[in-house]
Amino acid sequence: MSAGLHVLGPVDQIPVGEGRAYGVAGEQIAVFRLRDGSLRAVSAVCPHKGGPIADGTIDGDVVMCPLHQHVFELETGCSTTGAGPLRSYPVSTDESQNVVVRLPN
Amino acid sequence: MTALASRSARGAQGDTRRRLVVIGNGMAGARAVEEILARGGAVQHRITMFGDEPYGNYNRIMLSHVLSGEEDAGGIFLNSLDWYRENGITLHAGVRVERIDRFAKLVFSDDGRATPYDVLIIATGSRSFMPPVEGLYTPGGRLLPGVFAFRTIDDTRGMVSYAQQDHRRRAVVIGGGLLGLEAARGLQSHGVDVDVVHSGAHLMNAQMGPDGGAVLRRSVEALGIRVHTSSRTTAILGGDKVRGVQLRDAPDIACDMVVVAAGIRPNVEVAVTSGLPVERAIVVDDHMRVPDEDGIYAVGECVQHRGEVYGLVAPLWEQAAVLADHVTGANPKATYLGSRTATKLKVAGVDVASMGLQAPERDTDEHVVFSEPSRGVFKSIVIRDSKIVGATLLGDSRKVAFLTQAFDRGLPLPEERVSLLFDLGGPGEESGVAELDGDAQVCNCNGVSKQAIADTVRGGCTTLSGVMDATRAGKGCGSCKLLVRQVVEWAADGAVAEDPAAAYYVPGVPLEKAALMAAIRAQGLRSVSAVFAALAPGGTEDAKSKMGLASLLKMMWAGEYIDERDARFVNDRVHANIQRDGTFSVVPQMKGGVTSPEQLRRIADVADKYNIPLVKLTGGQRIDLLGVPKEDLPKVWADLDMPSGYAYGKSFRTVKTCVGQEFCRFGTGDSTKLGIEIESRFQGIESPAKLKLAVSGCPRNCAESLVKDVGVVAVDGGRWEIYVGGAAGAHIRKGDLLATVDNPGTVTLLAGRFMQYYREQANWLERTYSFVPRVGIEHLRAVIVDDAEGIAARLDEAMQRSVDAYADPWAERHDPFTPGQFRTSLPLEVLPQVPVR
Repeated sequence: MSAGLHVLGPVDQIPVGEGRAYGVAGEQIAVFRLRDGSLRAVSAVCPHKGGPIADGTIDGDVVMCPLHQHVFELETGCSTTGAGPLRSYPVSTDESQNVVVRLPN
Repeated sequence: MTALASRSARGAQGDTRRRLVVIGNGMAGARAVEEILARGGAVQHRITMFGDEPYGNYNRIMLSHVLSGEEDAGGIFLNSLDWYRENGITLHAGVRVERIDRFAKLVFSDDGRATPYDVLIIATGSRSFMPPVEGLYTPGGRLLPGVFAFRTIDDTRGMVSYAQQDHRRRAVVIGGGLLGLEAARGLQSHGVDVDVVHSGAHLMNAQMGPDGGAVLRRSVEALGIRVHTSSRTTAILGGDKVRGVQLRDAPDIACDMVVVAAGIRPNVEVAVTSGLPVERAIVVDDHMRVPDEDGIYAVGECVQHRGEVYGLVAPLWEQAAVLADHVTGANPKATYLGSRTATKLKVAGVDVASMGLQAPERDTDEHVVFSEPSRGVFKSIVIRDSKIVGATLLGDSRKVAFLTQAFDRGLPLPEERVSLLFDLGGPGEESGVAELDGDAQVCNCNGVSKQAIADTVRGGCTTLSGVMDATRAGKGCGSCKLLVRQVVEWAADGAVAEDPAAAYYVPGVPLEKAALMAAIRAQGLRSVSAVFAALAPGGTEDAKSKMGLASLLKMMWAGEYIDERDARFVNDRVHANIQRDGTFSVVPQMKGGVTSPEQLRRIADVADKYNIPLVKLTGGQRIDLLGVPKEDLPKVWADLDMPSGYAYGKSFRTVKTCVGQEFCRFGTGDSTKLGIEIESRFQGIESPAKLKLAVSGCPRNCAESLVKDVGVVAVDGGRWEIYVGGAAGAHIRKGDLLATVDNPGTVTLLAGRFMQYYREQANWLERTYSFVPRVGIEHLRAVIVDDAEGIAARLDEAMQRSVDAYADPWAERHDPFTPGQFRTSLPLEVLPQVPVR
């Protein structure tokens, strides 16, 4: 894994209110674009049974895994339903409206 | 050489672990195994379990909730079959052990197997006691039809389906203990009139004295349950099926069913046959070991320890822990010294808590009693040497937390005894909880402490349901829910958020369905985000509410609905059914189950071309292509060139048919033609839950129409019967006859009108098998067939609007609705990154 900033491409590749998954330097990361326009990034695989988090339903605070409805806070990755946590990553857009994720050291 | 050979024979797969065999897969057997696993026992033991019920392991205490319909039978399983697999346990379900050979160390089961053991645990539990009553059995030795025990999932399912048949109006429950009262209350929820016949002088005489019993009787009778105490059943009347019961010294009671809840008896046959020491039950020592049998343990209701036999869960937990300490060697000094039993439950809707003595026994015992029969409240405490040795609380169990702890631990008591019963100008009802230690276990099923609950509340979770979700407290047998609520209230310092959400259509918008629909219409809200903005508190979106709202809006607005894709569940975003590995399954439309060689060839070619791992027929007479990666979906649809079969949606799905009069010798109507017409008309219609239909060409019912959401049966004379509310899935229910009509056009009209009424009235995710009994078939008949409310034309018109708005979702294959709609969400292989602009 390589730490630092990774540019994932245009933000409009992610529909508002949905998530898309990216392979980033060996990590699988789900990036969500909230209805207020802000972004969140968490690991893409549910720790419970490996569900595809990017296919989950979101609101302003949480994502719900489509397989068994485990719920995770988008900001922290913490589960509110007793599953293990997802990793969360700092994410933003650059001047050209590309998604930028920061992988920690 | 010999040594080598025997070593390899023993560890067939090089496995040298001790063989642990458990007879019994109920709450005791499974709990013992859980405790053993928790102590790392899987490293030392290869575990095999036998259970004579054909299921995984379930929570017997919850059967009364299954009977009353509050809980699904599937919801009470404690360990799924996956649990056995994941822990490497071999489970023989539906297999009964008949004999143990203690010398050869083998158990023999009724499937002809001989299983060797090094350590054996007997956890055979107990069964319903059947009192000697004339007419209880048929000459063949089976229970008379209409007579039920109340002990297993099968007993409970049998009772539910028997009670739900229309002409079963009256039941007699034999036994006025805990179980009998639960059975009586549960049967009432199916519209059955209930009498309880109890041989004791007052109800629940094992747990409380005559005064408490009298108060309980008033509360139970206020629910409409008739109670006959000091009354013995002498015969079941009927002959071929139950028609009544005969009582000693009292007139007969006519009834359609009888539930026997007259106590339990330990299952000790296998121990007796095998020569183990059995008195009232299997005798064990303080290590839960059968005396003089080094490798044999016993646990649970089949056990007699120091002369006591227990029929409650708490002792079983304590026994299982001691047993596991010994079996694994984790604590060779562990001893079981017997349990002080306390019950706290809601019995037939009345809070009941009871522990220790019912009444004073010695002259020096203090007895503090409060009784208020008109409110159904009774409290009694027995005190010896300034310690609580017994208590009964009825109808008001606010002090139960403190009393239980004081009873368990012998805590010092306040001088003013009355404060044990009431909070007098003190800090309020939470004081009982305040006095509990942090490590006191509140939920015994899931091992949740007071501290864990308090921490969750302080972490910001202040609703009961939220805390239950987060900690799993109260999610086992449910008997601790009251205490969990008290701890939540205490920890939240009175700031508990209420859960009125139970009545809401979706949790995030505080309105019931009718009010929600009215508000949506009044404000012209056509998208899910508009509903949140206008009607949710603070305009906040809620993920759990989106799918239900999307369905409702589509139903209400049809073609005028503003479709926001993020409001859909992933299935509805990609028009396929997500599977456990993140791939999808694809089911093309096959109207009425009819296909052609051309279609079959195309499906076969697609399966080849995309390496479909599994091609399977569905229960709805269609072909399922399973294991399709998300990114292949559009190509698969394009190559199939068939419309979607809607196998993924909360929507109208399919119409199963038989061949009917065209080919069948017995067919009286053209069921295939009608099935195709119905499917063509209603394809893709959203509804609160999935809708599965069928049309049968004659009463032989080859299409299984009687157990469908809407089922149609052709009967002789050119007539068609329409059934609604049937099910043959998690629930089994025969549909109710809505109408018999004389032409297929009327079938389609009434089926559509029923579906529209269901779409407008049912709760989110409420299947017709719940909806139809809830609103009642008479009411449905009045509204749908007789137009008693004058809304038939409006319903027909609303359905027509939805039919007109239909578009095949698979048409999106050529033009994805959103960017990356079909991009994989599990990038197992690292994806090529999207080009940077």
